[in-house]
Amino acid sequence: MRVHFTVNGRPQEADDVWEGESLLYVLRERLGLPGSKNACEQGECGSCTVRLDGVPVCSCLVAAGQVEGREVVTVEGLADFAKQRAEGGCASGACGTSLQNAQEWQAQGTDSQTGEGTELAPIQQAFIDAGAVQCGFCTPGLLVAADEMLERNPNPADADIREALSGNLCRCTGYEKIMDAVRLAAARQSQGV
Amino acid sequence: MDFLRPASWEEALAAKAEHPTAVPIAGGTDVMVEINFDHRRPEYLMDLNRVGDLSEWEVGEESVRLGASVPYTKIMENLRAELPGLALASHTVASPQIRNRGGVGGNLGTASPAGDAHPALLAAGAEVEVESVRGSRRIPIDEFYKGVKRNALAADELIRAVHVKKADGPQQFSKVGTRNAMVIAVCAFGLALHPRTRTVRTGIGSAAPTPIRARAAEEFLNAALEEGGFWDSGKIVTPSVAKQFADLCAAACNPIDDVRGTASYRRHAVGVMARRTLTWTWESYRGARRLTEGAA
Ligand SMILES: Cc1cc2nc3c(=O)[nH]c(=O)nc-3n(C[C@H](O)[C@H](O)[C@H](O)COP(=O)(O)OP(=O)(O)OC[C@H]3O[C@@H](n4cnc5c(N)ncnc54)[C@H](O)[C@@H]3O)c2cc1C
Ligand code: FES
Ligand code: FES
Repeated sequence: MRVHFTVNGRPQEADDVWEGESLLYVLRERLGLPGSKNACEQGECGSCTVRLDGVPVCSCLVAAGQVEGREVVTVEGLADFAKQRAEGGCASGACGTSLQNAQEWQAQGTDSQTGEGTELAPIQQAFIDAGAVQCGFCTPGLLVAADEMLERNPNPADADIREALSGNLCRCTGYEKIMDAVRLAAARQSQGV
Repeated sequence: MDFLRPASWEEALAAKAEHPTAVPIAGGTDVMVEINFDHRRPEYLMDLNRVGDLSEWEVGEESVRLGASVPYTKIMENLRAELPGLALASHTVASPQIRNRGGVGGNLGTASPAGDAHPALLAAGAEVEVESVRGSRRIPIDEFYKGVKRNALAADELIRAVHVKKADGPQQFSKVGTRNAMVIAVCAFGLALHPRTRTVRTGIGSAAPTPIRARAAEEFLNAALEEGGFWDSGKIVTPSVAKQFADLCAAACNPIDDVRGTASYRRHAVGVMARRTLTWTWESYRGARRLTEGAA
């Protein structure tokens, strides 16, 4: 079957989708967006977290056909998504992230000499600055979940952060640096930097 | 496999009548795990997300009509006052991502003895509204669970809503597991005080082939509270009464040994949770009484 849906603000369609396929599979294998990770395929690890109509979900547990006509944000579109949110919407008219840009997206910060490069979402920059990334496999899911929490709750207590990230497993960091990163992003957000 | 996309409740019923083997999918948090792991290859998958009213709820005089697909997150956020037991139970389900998708209709569809909604529904008192092209009926929650992962639905029926009695007193939910998130219950216990009828109801999860009530324990406690004049006096429940209640709750279990725990641990833990939830709810009943009396 064919599925039409919005990915990172742009309409997309996926062809030859098997009826029992997950949204995660469609994103990775049909649309070439491997940012959302596949670790458990059973909702346990959160590494496949995306936003579906704004809400964080495990994309491995959403059937492809269920996203017909709906809106998905993946980690590849997070930087643009955060930027537009900060600007209060999409001023330029060219909002979202094209499929090609999403496919080629890389987590490189802005080059300090040339000013060129990809702009990161504040939560992404905070993960780098706090050293919250080791192997990186859990990172995309954590970024999507943490970004959504900060949108809802700009001044989270530690308990709020732990709860919001309780569906995301990390096997490397022991979570402390991840906590630091989210606290850092929250502090920067409240200082408006 | 065929993917069915009914756009309305009537279309969903018609599709289910035409294809009784069709597997409904709501949040997908049970169904997709089975498909991903090839434990299930249904001929038809029927998406219920397009049926909008399944995600709505209505607070009535006596009860809340909770659409089958209302996700746990919404129950926690919106129905804490009306359905405190179910809201607490919802909060213990898995993780935010799962709670954003999964709901009570799916929990009832799966009818796992470990489903967290069940003890809360049993304790509060609920009816499951099911429908097919043949008509609609309401199944009392006590008659809904038929065996391990079996429920009272006919092949052509779908769950439309659950009618849960609004709390008329304190309710509690307690669950044993290895961490605070992402845990299938080793066992669970729900308790609701119903001061209006001067009764207590219970629900036990993961300690018998189906979710059950501890009826003998309820009868004992109802009689003890009545005879001792506890509802009127607001006295502390006598430790011997609480102990007898806990023992009867443990005795109601018919658990198994499995990877999550042994039968004897489950029985013991249910007794402990019964005593604790009784203490918590009774304390808050007494607190509420003191407040109203203070005001009077
Ligand atoms: C990682 C993980 C952790 C979990 N942790 C918990 C937990 O802590 N506690 C807990 O209770 N559960 C847990 N679950 C199980 C699951 O999330 C719940 O059972 C949830 O309530 C299912 O709801 P759903 O909408 O996702 O159901 P679905 O997967 O969509 O459906 C479940 C079943 O119900 C049927 N069904 C759905 N809607 C209807 C309807 N309207 N009419 C008739 N049949 C219907 C489906 O055909 C299917 O058989 C967990 C699952 C995962 C993946
Ligand atoms: S891959 Fe989806 S939760 Fe692990
Ligand atoms: S950094 Fe390796 S799993 Fe989290």
